[in-house]
Amino acid sequence: MTDKTVFKRFAIGIIAIWLVLFALVPNLMVIIASFMTQGESEFIVWTPSISSYQRMLDPLYLQVFWNSFYLSAFTTVLCLLIGYPFAYLIARAGPKARPILLLLVIVPFWTSSLVRTYAMIIILNANGLLNSTLLGLGLINEPLQILYTDTAVIAGLVYTLLPFMVLPLYAAIEKLDWRLVEAARDLGARKVRTFVSVIIPLTMPGIVAGSMLVFLPGLGMFYIADFLGGSKTTLIGNLIQRQFLSARDWPFGSAASVTLTVTMGVMIWIYLLSAKRANAKVEV
Amino acid sequence: MKGLGRSSYLALVFGFLYLPIAVLIIYSFNDAKYSLEWKGFTWNWYQTLWQNDDLIEVALHSLTIALLSATLATIVGTLGAVALYRYQFSGKKLLNGLIFILIMSPEIVMGISLLLLFVTLGMDLGFSTLLLSHTTFSIPFVVVTVLSRMSGFDKFLIEAAKDLGATEFQTFIKVILPLLMPAVVAGWLLSFTLSMDDVIISFFVTGPDYEVLPLKVYSMVRLGVKPEINALSTVMFALTLVLVLLAQFFLKEKK
Repeated sequence: MTDKTVFKRFAIGIIAIWLVLFALVPNLMVIIASFMTQGESEFIVWTPSISSYQRMLDPLYLQVFWNSFYLSAFTTVLCLLIGYPFAYLIARAGPKARPILLLLVIVPFWTSSLVRTYAMIIILNANGLLNSTLLGLGLINEPLQILYTDTAVIAGLVYTLLPFMVLPLYAAIEKLDWRLVEAARDLGARKVRTFVSVIIPLTMPGIVAGSMLVFLPGLGMFYIADFLGGSKTTLIGNLIQRQFLSARDWPFGSAASVTLTVTMGVMIWIYLLSAKRANAKVEV
Repeated sequence: MKGLGRSSYLALVFGFLYLPIAVLIIYSFNDAKYSLEWKGFTWNWYQTLWQNDDLIEVALHSLTIALLSATLATIVGTLGAVALYRYQFSGKKLLNGLIFILIMSPEIVMGISLLLLFVTLGMDLGFSTLLLSHTTFSIPFVVVTVLSRMSGFDKFLIEAAKDLGATEFQTFIKVILPLLMPAVVAGWLLSFTLSMDDVIISFFVTGPDYEVLPLKVYSMVRLGVKPEINALSTVMFALTLVLVLLAQFFLKEKK
């Protein structure tokens, strides 16, 4: 064996073993567990069944899925509406201001989302900053009950996930070939038309990537619904968490996770298809 | 007028991003237990934190896990990135796919999948399961950071080293690694930050014997808003800020 093969085998081997053991095997185990049944003393009994998937068709759980998707989708749209002009302005800022503005987005991106959710509680509290400001301005007569509602959950999700939308949008807008935009203008397209027909399609990969980075974590962040939502707000994340920690129904929790992952897989697949199509268009 | 509109939109969104954290930091110095009115400056809540031995122990747990998992992830991730960039081998697509899955899969799914693995293997939940899990979720970030640096550097340097008789290992240590160093350091810092802040995965893979800081904060917040939590959150925010600024510094150096 030459020294090249020794080093090569070592470098490949170490990451291959790690990823197979801690990524491939555990994910396969979730799939297997989702087809097993709940035990009395053990968490999982090795009797194959599809009962966990059947249980998910229960209106109660369908409601949880629907509610989660709705809140996450609403959050994604809000993040896109706030984040697109924001990312655009940062990408078009002068060369001196741009790195500073970008850094100001990166810091919240890396800040603990738990700390940021907690900060949101302080703002939305009955006697928190928002209510005292509105009361002080005389806009309302009594404190608004925002905390423990779906509105608070959406506010918390948007607050926590906005940087995850802005960064991929920024990357896409910054890479944009402005000659194409100028060409559209020269050919007489108005501003709105240029934006809709040229800028949006060219930055589509960033829009889709950002939307996925907001939508997918939004489904799983159980502590945001825990802290900001009312007792009725149950997201898929809360459902899975309860199956594993209090209800002790691991097969059902696994089935919910598999459903979540499959949804995610389908979305990524659509994304890759659309990215391919977008690239093909640009090359033409 | 147009410029003003743009600046005020930027200011508005940055205000939204930073105001809650700023309020949190200000309240952590407020000399009032329940009131949100400003009652004067105090270090009181920080002293309370410092005297809380239980909390200090939990913070040390978090730091230990973050140091070890970031280091392990950096070693595995850097070697992995070099292997993925330089060599052709069977199963390369699978490895790339697994890295992609780790980046994209919801944290909660990763948390329960690792829990299933550890329980099946009969491992006690605590230090070792936390360390393995944190290393696992940090590896893809190191791989991506290092790969993006590697695609920018001069292949001829590696060939020159080989022509001069360097072995594969010597080329790695003396040529590739020094060139990659900024990305390696940035990857380490980001892994450290990820580990210090993780709630969801730790929630599933640790036991009562080895609590970590974010989970402690989680259980404290469940019991209600307290000035100590403001102080603790401020400390965590300050730590993240320093680490991210350092990481940015190392990533910028390439230009």
